[in-house]
Amino acid sequence: MTRDILKVDGLKAYYQMNYFGVNREVRAVDDITMTVRRGEVYGIAGESSSGKTSFIKVLAAAVRPPLRVVDGSVRFGFSTGPIDVVRASPRELEAIRWMSLSYVMQGSMSVLNPVRRIGKTFRDFAQRPLGLSGRAFEERVVEHLARLKLPADVLRAYPHELSGGMRQRVTIGLATVCHPEFIIADEPTTALDVVVQKEVLSLIREIQREMDSSVVFVTHDMSVHANIADRVGIIYAGRLVEEGPTRQMFFAPKHPYTAHLVASLPRIGDTTQRPALDGRPPNLADPPRGCRFHPRCPLAIDKCREQSPPLETVAADHRTACWRWREVTPLVGAISPVGVPA
Amino acid sequence: MTTLLDVRGVSKHFTMGGIFGRRVVEAVADASFSLSADNPEIFTIIGESGSGKTTLARMILGLEDPTGGEIRFRGQKVDRRASRASRLEFMSHVQPVFQNPFEAFNPLKKIERYLESTAQRFLHTSDRAAIDRATDEALQKVGLSLVEVRGRFPHEMSGGQLQRCAIARALIPNPPLLVADEPVSMVDASLRMSIVNLLRSLRDDLGVSVIYITHDLATAYYISNRLIIMQRGRIVEMGDARTVLDNPEHPYSRLLKSSVLSTDDAGAGKLSTDPVAVSQVSALAGKPGRLVARADGRDVRVYT
Amino acid sequence: MISVFRDLIRYNIEFTIGLVLVGLVVAFAALSFISPVDPSLIYLAVPDQPPSAQHWFGTNSRGQDLFWQLSAAFRNSLIFGLTVAVLSRIISITVGLAAGYLGGWVDRVLMFINDIFVSVPIFPILVLFYFVLRSDLDTFTLALIMACLGWPFDARLIRSVARGLKHREFTRHAVFAGMSTRKVLLEEHLPYVMPIVFATFMNNMLWSMALEVTLAVLGFTNLNHPTMGTVLYWSNQHSAIVVGVWWWVVIPVVLIVITFLGLFLLAMSMNEYIDPRSRLRRMGV
Repeated sequence: MTRDILKVDGLKAYYQMNYFGVNREVRAVDDITMTVRRGEVYGIAGESSSGKTSFIKVLAAAVRPPLRVVDGSVRFGFSTGPIDVVRASPRELEAIRWMSLSYVMQGSMSVLNPVRRIGKTFRDFAQRPLGLSGRAFEERVVEHLARLKLPADVLRAYPHELSGGMRQRVTIGLATVCHPEFIIADEPTTALDVVVQKEVLSLIREIQREMDSSVVFVTHDMSVHANIADRVGIIYAGRLVEEGPTRQMFFAPKHPYTAHLVASLPRIGDTTQRPALDGRPPNLADPPRGCRFHPRCPLAIDKCREQSPPLETVAADHRTACWRWREVTPLVGAISPVGVPA
Repeated sequence: MTTLLDVRGVSKHFTMGGIFGRRVVEAVADASFSLSADNPEIFTIIGESGSGKTTLARMILGLEDPTGGEIRFRGQKVDRRASRASRLEFMSHVQPVFQNPFEAFNPLKKIERYLESTAQRFLHTSDRAAIDRATDEALQKVGLSLVEVRGRFPHEMSGGQLQRCAIARALIPNPPLLVADEPVSMVDASLRMSIVNLLRSLRDDLGVSVIYITHDLATAYYISNRLIIMQRGRIVEMGDARTVLDNPEHPYSRLLKSSVLSTDDAGAGKLSTDPVAVSQVSALAGKPGRLVARADGRDVRVYT
Repeated sequence: MISVFRDLIRYNIEFTIGLVLVGLVVAFAALSFISPVDPSLIYLAVPDQPPSAQHWFGTNSRGQDLFWQLSAAFRNSLIFGLTVAVLSRIISITVGLAAGYLGGWVDRVLMFINDIFVSVPIFPILVLFYFVLRSDLDTFTLALIMACLGWPFDARLIRSVARGLKHREFTRHAVFAGMSTRKVLLEEHLPYVMPIVFATFMNNMLWSMALEVTLAVLGFTNLNHPTMGTVLYWSNQHSAIVVGVWWWVVIPVVLIVITFLGLFLLAMSMNEYIDPRSRLRRMGV
């Protein structure tokens, strides 16, 4: 078994739309190459319209027109056998869904059928993949829910009878009951209260450690990444612009965008002025020439406007796509930990 | 000291359910605070969902009537059912900024319509040149300009720009008070700080008071003068922002602060929650207690 | 506007077909303005003549040239349908927007009236009007009565859209921008309501024309006024099919089918285009 459970190679996925004669191609995912190792939590950070949602859809084998995979491959190395979800047949995808690959979504209400009891929803999703019948299945589900600190009678409830936090825990339970090797979590805590968010995150980490699964955790909230991810990848305008171990990403970022994202986080105990970034995320239908970040980059030079920097390894396990990465310093306001060389 | 806004013992309850199984939900219970007209400040209301903060904001804006207590703006009672003339008068002094920048403007119409309508109505002019001037001035204050915004539809602009347009629109009548309900929660991370910094400059440079409603303690720490923390409709702690957040006293405030994720331990995050604290807090929720003043100027709800 | 039509014709086959069919019928009806004969007069031509070079659609048993008769009939019917649709749209938009936006007692009262009209059986009422008014029941009065009966369903639809719009944030911003209720309803909300208005406009036209045909065939309208229905009435009275004057039945029926089909296709295809959601998609949201 190799170290990598997921290998994405040169992935390109575009939205191709033709509506009343108007042709639009939105390059949502424009050449992404990355890997995820077994048992690690890989955080994906990016803003809305960065392409991260489309990237996740490709990973989860949930690509529907007008989104099309134009190039590249997404290869998983499951214990049941390798599979390229871009090229797999629906039957092969059906076999891995939920058992090897599962998906925790943002809105729990969009997963849980409001007119079906939780127990029935579990049966809808998980009974066939698990291949257990009635009694055995229920025991397995109850045992799993207990791990999430949910009482057994949750199974008899309707979604609206539960609080937001409990619903999200049910959604996580649903996604993990088959012990999948790979879990994709798409903003699972964004809509939750701060207190509940912390509980849910700690639960995700616990489950992940117990089952030794890999998790791709997508959120725009950098402070969540700081606390849950082992490695973080930053997606900007459809491309991966930096990737590295969490600690390095926060205390020694090598891309101006990452440095800004980290420095702009306000912190309790600190009232110094936070930097703000000019401009706005680019339109993916018409991205800027050269480096896509150059219109907003404080370090931009002519080279950045002409040539797009490739993603290169610049330190241990640390890649960045910036011509001037050596000059990127943590911006004003970043707190370095005492005793750790920056 | 002239009072700008006075919220006195305000409560709001909703009755839910039909003939059978009627339930009374207390959205806000006995909230009191006031803002002075002499010192513009950013007054923050911190709360989670269900805390009543949005209901309180709606009552201050006159979109709902309190079921108990009253709200007075510059001595005048804020009343949803007041005459159109007095509502317009009120709106020229108190303007809102809402959460969703993408819904702030009608998606089918050009953005400048609302700005022009605000200028026309509240500056009492129909002169094209005067309206354009007022619109441009307001847009400049938020870092945009009429030239950039003219003829654009909402979908052509980013969340940050739209929210800035919404703030510009709110500034056209030169109101002394802005009520901003979660103005940055739906704005992208990289654009968020520019809006928060803008709110700060509204207070410092333009002398506009802002009631800032949020669930994010970090931005609250960053820009507020005073703040209140609400739990299930009740104010549990109130006072100067730094004093309260550096050392919160009420169990709920402490739980909130400890739940905030910090980047200081990046890579080795501690996600453990204290179940004792959580159960203590949920036991206290909904209990009335009373607010007592402390020596350092804050008010805390105690339950003895 | 022109570009809208051009886009629709190029990319939407239903619109093109609908446009062609309706265009034919409208052109045909427009010819009645240059009609050399007065369609209300009878026994002007030799009766029961099959279609020929002299009489393109033949003549009927009442001695009228069927071509000009039908041309006048379709013109009257189309105008009738338009009148009913326009009048009832005005009522349903007013009631729907007011009830949806204002809520409270206004909503309750309006919906109460609305529900009364919904439960009223339309056909017997119209027949009753005929019996009371007899020869005073001219086309315009009938149109007016139908308009007053044909608005309630659509008013409810518009009301539900208006209620949804009331809670959207841009409505609140519009209020704080100082816009009056009337301005908010007509300028901010009406565009969202237009697809329903348009679809129900067409629907209403079809409904009222069909109802008119029904009434006429049974003899409950002014029979000397040529419309789609009265033509069929007279052909029925003179037992046209039995007698062998098939062109008096077949040709009107074919034309009626073409009219209804064309209007329906137009309505369906234009509606998709006007819908705010598809407009937004086209603008590139």
